[in-house]
Amino acid sequence: MILKLDHIYKDYIQGKMTVPVLKDVSLHVEQGEYVAIMGPSGSGKSTLMNIVGCLDRPTSGEYELAGKNILKLNDKLLADVRLNSIGFVFQNFQLLPRMSALDNVALPLIYAGVRKKVRREKAREALIRVGLEERVSFTPSQLSGGQKQRVAIARAMVNRPDILLADEPTGALDSKSSKQVMELFQKLNDEGVTVIMITHDSGIAGHAKRVVTIFDGELSEQKGEVAQ
Amino acid sequence: MLENVRLSFQGIWSHKMRSFLTMLGIIIGIASIISIVSTIKGTNEEIKNNLIGSGNNTVEVVLYQNGYTYTIYSESDIPHGIREVTDEVREQIRDLESVENVTCYNERRNTDSIFYLNNEVNGVSIRGIDTDYFSTTGYTVHRGRNFIEDDYKKFRKVLILDQTAADTMFQNEDPIGKTIEISKVPFTIIGIVDAVKKFTPTISTVQDYYSYMSEDSGTIYMPKASWPIVYSYDEPENVIVRAASVDDMENAGRQTADILNKTISPTQTETKYKADDVLERAQRLQDLSSATNNQLIWIASISLLVGGIGVMNIMLVSVTERTSEIGLKKAIGAQKGSILGQFLTEAAVLTSIGGIIGVASGIGMAQIINKVSGVAVSISVPASAVAVLFSMLIGIIFGLLPSVKAANLDPIEALRRE
Repeated sequence: MILKLDHIYKDYIQGKMTVPVLKDVSLHVEQGEYVAIMGPSGSGKSTLMNIVGCLDRPTSGEYELAGKNILKLNDKLLADVRLNSIGFVFQNFQLLPRMSALDNVALPLIYAGVRKKVRREKAREALIRVGLEERVSFTPSQLSGGQKQRVAIARAMVNRPDILLADEPTGALDSKSSKQVMELFQKLNDEGVTVIMITHDSGIAGHAKRVVTIFDGELSEQKGEVAQ
Repeated sequence: MLENVRLSFQGIWSHKMRSFLTMLGIIIGIASIISIVSTIKGTNEEIKNNLIGSGNNTVEVVLYQNGYTYTIYSESDIPHGIREVTDEVREQIRDLESVENVTCYNERRNTDSIFYLNNEVNGVSIRGIDTDYFSTTGYTVHRGRNFIEDDYKKFRKVLILDQTAADTMFQNEDPIGKTIEISKVPFTIIGIVDAVKKFTPTISTVQDYYSYMSEDSGTIYMPKASWPIVYSYDEPENVIVRAASVDDMENAGRQTADILNKTISPTQTETKYKADDVLERAQRLQDLSSATNNQLIWIASISLLVGGIGVMNIMLVSVTERTSEIGLKKAIGAQKGSILGQFLTEAAVLTSIGGIIGVASGIGMAQIINKVSGVAVSISVPASAVAVLFSMLIGIIFGLLPSVKAANLDPIEALRRE
């Protein structure tokens, strides 16, 4: 079991009111799974994603990632978990505009304290893995949307994390680029990477082997095939 | 760390105009301080060079009483138990390793017995000198003639004036050949002497005026042999020694005073010989000129403070602008410390560059001041280094608040904002 969420509750305080966003959410993910979390906006899926990504803490519940009890860790150790165990992919890519694709991919390795020469090697390998060996020295403004997202995926994978966590990875892409990104996720999953993807698009969710839906802060497992 | 410095340069370069305007406060502050410090240092070196025996390494060993130089105004002031310097004692002084040359003289100051054309001449000193006096003190006769052997042998009543005395007594006349009366005895002026090297201080404040102008209104010299004609025999003498080098001056002065004090009668306990401490005198003048300029440094520092606040302001803007960058970095595993370090480095690099430009402009300004107003300047390397380090420190101090703000950004908030 790579990821174990049990009875997660998350409340937000709004003025004098307490708004429950996640209600008793439990999710178990095995090593090598490809899971889509689907739900409309306001369903609490972003909050869930932030908790899974160790950016936010639940009000109550249990969370274990790669054998670590996440909720007992301090900020410094949480940063280490984000660095080593989680690879983030965002809807709007979040590439640093003034850096080349290679430098963007190498960024997490700086925080991991990897030497410059090794950093460049590893970043180049990651870019080759996503099929962008021709674009290493391009800056984000010189890349198409699909290419940008693939650079972002290379960055997420460069530290060999336990899970790849993608938040609406195709939200800003056209259908052709979306298809390429989905193919890349499939390829990475085939290589043994655990993928957790959050989306509101059932077509995209359909690429995953397992789909869970979230509605009004409650999670439910969807059995069988999802309509394309 | 090096990576941070590289990224900071990149960031500063990509906002050239903004970075330059941010640095401007620091540049102006540092430039003013450097030019002020250069001026202080230049003036101080000038004072020192000129005061230390006019570059001639001379030390006056004179009589002191209760910490003040003992001045003889009239007969009644002559202290008991102090003899004329004998040839034997003079040889002893000349044999000192630190001493190159020695001369002895009698002196009366502000004597009221000097008349020219029935007008009393006030404020001048009169000295009875030996043949070594002018060569030891670095004076040359630039008009008329020097004393010769015969003047001493024949007790001639002749005088040499220094330029100041000549200017005070004879405004529009040629002094050579004129006769003045000293204690009702007529003396003839045969020459005018001047210091080889002259110190013309820059008078910019009232204090400067008083400190430089407290010197008397000139000196009249006569052959020592003629001294008893108007004054008395066997008056105590003062001594001037020329040291072998600047470093020897202190030794030469002290050893000469020791030798002379041994000749004083044991009954004379109040009045002793002491070397005039030129370095101390230079120090006093330097302190005076520094005191005024130190106030200017404080004013220039205000500009640094304003510059620092400008840096803080622009760093806060920069943090807001780069909120999503900070959020991303935190999401992919950057520690708070890394973010803090990145922004602190950026602020420090920014102000250090400002400091370096400031030092360069300050040196330039100092040169211009030197060219335009003639004030002596001297660039201080340690001061320049301290200025650059200090600007770096300003960056760190004023960059701290924005950097802490960046480090404490909530990554969720930071990523959400677009």
